[in-house]
Amino acid sequence: MGLFAELRDSVSRVTASLFADDSEPKRIGIYGPPNAGKTTLANRIARDWTGDAVGPESHIPHETRRARRKEDVEIKRNGKTVNIDIVDTPGVTTKVDYSEFLDHDMEKDEAVRRSREATEGVAEAMHWLREDVDGVIYVLDATEDPFTQVNTMLIGIIESRELPVLILANKTDLEDANIQRVSNAFPQHETIPLSALEGDNMDEVYEQIAKYFG
Amino acid sequence: MPETTSSGDGPQEGVQIDLISGERMAGKTSMEKIRLILDGVRDGNIVVLESGLTPDEESKLIEVTMSEINPDGFSGIEIESFPQDQASDTSLLGRLMGKQETSKLTVIGPANQIQSLHKDETLISALISRK
Repeated sequence: MGLFAELRDSVSRVTASLFADDSEPKRIGIYGPPNAGKTTLANRIARDWTGDAVGPESHIPHETRRARRKEDVEIKRNGKTVNIDIVDTPGVTTKVDYSEFLDHDMEKDEAVRRSREATEGVAEAMHWLREDVDGVIYVLDATEDPFTQVNTMLIGIIESRELPVLILANKTDLEDANIQRVSNAFPQHETIPLSALEGDNMDEVYEQIAKYFG
Repeated sequence: MPETTSSGDGPQEGVQIDLISGERMAGKTSMEKIRLILDGVRDGNIVVLESGLTPDEESKLIEVTMSEINPDGFSGIEIESFPQDQASDTSLLGRLMGKQETSKLTVIGPANQIQSLHKDETLISALISRK
């Protein structure tokens, strides 16, 4: 993008923010690779503040195959109220092989259907990222190597769109969790450790959500 | 991509590697670049880009790749590139001219044929199998 185009975009953003309706909730996309715990986190946040869940959780990859939005989640922190829409997105990947689902006791037809829906879901997630989210919570499984090309590309895409991003190192309840490795992978961003499953360190997560997206 | 020449009879065994110069990509639109990459990869080739893609193009590459996956053949791509060197960002003049520096060697191949073995800031090591 040329400097003139960047200047024009910056002016547009400032103008938009001047006239923005602060009561409009910001759409915060929960992104990350498959099986990082995105839906578990989305459900944890939604249950804590609205009493409802967002979607089913599973250890099978690509359980979430459609972006799901939970609207008007009001998070209260330090006397401040942050109103957000949570968008739980399918895990992003560059490959989907139906045969991997066969390892999870699925018939071939079911595995093929699931892989087709998964590919549609990933495309949908990318579209949301380019068009429809105002900020990103990037969830990583802290027991896995964060230095993957998909993570690097997605963080690069988020940065190029100048979206505020909070990186969460999830699954700290597991013995193999390595929070420092996640922090080292993306030192330019704040990394918050948590266990979405156990609800560990959610206070800090909400504090940072209020700080980043408030 | 130009046709490969075969010296023997019958189909060639082996893996074709296309090294695509930054110059060849320079005048192309995002979709032309993505098409060039995916056509090569779907033919079973390994595509190496001298200059990488912009973040927006990478996002579209993922989206188009997903739309082309099918259970009978194509299961997606493996992609590896070196981290963007912040120091190589384009100069003010380049930005004024609308030029965006993306120089980062990028390797893309069919997911069922390429497997990353090792990657760090200076080395990408991959194992490539035949179709």
